Amino acid sequence: MTILALDLGFIIEKLIMIAIVVFASLGIALYTTFGERKVAAILQDRPGPSRAGPFGLLQPLADGLKLIMKEEIIPNAASKWLFILGPGLAMTASLMTCAVIPWGSAMDIFGRHVALQIADVNIGILYVFAVVSMGVYGIMIGGWASNNKFSLMSALRAASQAISYELAMGLALIALLMTTGSLSLKTIVEQQVQGNWWNVVYQPLGFLIFFITAMAECNRTPFDLPEAENELNFGYHQEYSSMKLGFYLFAEYINMIMSSAIMASMYFGGYDLPFFNEASVAPNIAALIGVGTLLIKIVLFIFLFMWIRWTIPRFRYDQLMGLGWKTLIPLALFNMLLTGAVILAKL
Amino acid sequence: MSIIEILFFALSAFAVVSAIMVLISKNPIHSVLWLILVFFAISGHYILLNAQFLAIVNIIVYAGAIMVLFLFVIMLMNVKNDNEPQKKLIIKFIGVLSGGSLLTLLVALVKQTTQLEGKQVMMKEGTIGLINPLGNALFTDYVMPFEISSVLFLSAMVGAVIIGKK
Repeated sequence: MTILALDLGFIIEKLIMIAIVVFASLGIALYTTFGERKVAAILQDRPGPSRAGPFGLLQPLADGLKLIMKEEIIPNAASKWLFILGPGLAMTASLMTCAVIPWGSAMDIFGRHVALQIADVNIGILYVFAVVSMGVYGIMIGGWASNNKFSLMSALRAASQAISYELAMGLALIALLMTTGSLSLKTIVEQQVQGNWWNVVYQPLGFLIFFITAMAECNRTPFDLPEAENELNFGYHQEYSSMKLGFYLFAEYINMIMSSAIMASMYFGGYDLPFFNEASVAPNIAALIGVGTLLIKIVLFIFLFMWIRWTIPRFRYDQLMGLGWKTLIPLALFNMLLTGAVILAKL
Repeated sequence: MSIIEILFFALSAFAVVSAIMVLISKNPIHSVLWLILVFFAISGHYILLNAQFLAIVNIIVYAGAIMVLFLFVIMLMNVKNDNEPQKKLIIKFIGVLSGGSLLTLLVALVKQTTQLEGKQVMMKEGTIGLINPLGNALFTDYVMPFEISSVLFLSAMVGAVIIGKK
């Protein structure tokens, strides 16, 4: 059956896939907040949330309920539409990234060959970049629409940080793309599945730069100057309350999951389980094992993010800018030059 | 009507409405936000032409980077709609006249171009907007203009650093 020359089965397949990926991301993000509090508690030698449910497992639901039940305040002098648009945009931008991430190879379900990726576009990684740069607008619009000078200043801090670190991130990526020769995330992962080594072996410096910039793009401590709640007056979401604040906070966790997924796919083989022959089991089971492998890699990266957050203190703003412009960008350029030289020597 | 045509007309209407909103918004911040939507609509057109690379670069560079700088400047200047001085009638008249002449000129040019006669837009086909053919064209046929423009960018970068150091 076709609607306007489109295959109905294809549309349903993609809709189901989008629903699964979006809700799974939301669910993981929900429990990432819980994980964050538990990791912080362990690092600071205290028990952490333990009252709601067994081991405090219902804590995220209690947090969500608290946020929803709180009074919704829109300041009088705020620009109302943009005030509402801001958190929505932040959330949409962080969720949109999941469209190009290959979550697994492919499965055969009801006689259909279903690739476990929403869209395999041949410019995949650039799409991620475009969406990330859209995320800045959520922060800027929210900060400006609040009509509060501290929010505005914080939004400007956030935007300049995001732009500065995007440059180094792009340069680190170019070196990787020079070795892979493709922008499609699926192709990059498949090359690592087929090849001997993961890309991190060829691009250790590039990965380090990418990891640092990803941390800065997610506004995680030590780069959380847009927020800096105990030094610089909370940040761009100062005037927000209830679930709109929740959206901003939640978007940060989803960003973290997505950047972990992208780092795992680009540098750590994506759904590739090392020392395991995928052909030795049925294709569907191999695909499920792949999805599980990717999820474990994501969780490990998220743990690394949290570990760093609760270990390293925050930068000063000029140090942050200095690190971005004077260290990471020259280093990324050097990495690019080195990669180019090696490729040229191998020819 | 095929789905491509429906998308084309929807995107075109979206682009035109957003462009008009850029002009008639009283608040400069709103104008910038509408302009971002115009870029999105144009990127949609690029995708219809199978130029995915151009589409995404358009979003990264224009909607992502340049418009953030616009927002930056306007937010820091704190332009409010009430303290914007009203322009004189004669200046408005001259503006409409010159803008209208430019539009007439452009439309006339497009109508007179012989290469475009009887041609239809390539929808969903053609490869020039994809990254491989584009890179090949830039580094083989157009290598000289490409290098010259990169020198231009380099000089702009050096200039920015010099001004920043003062």
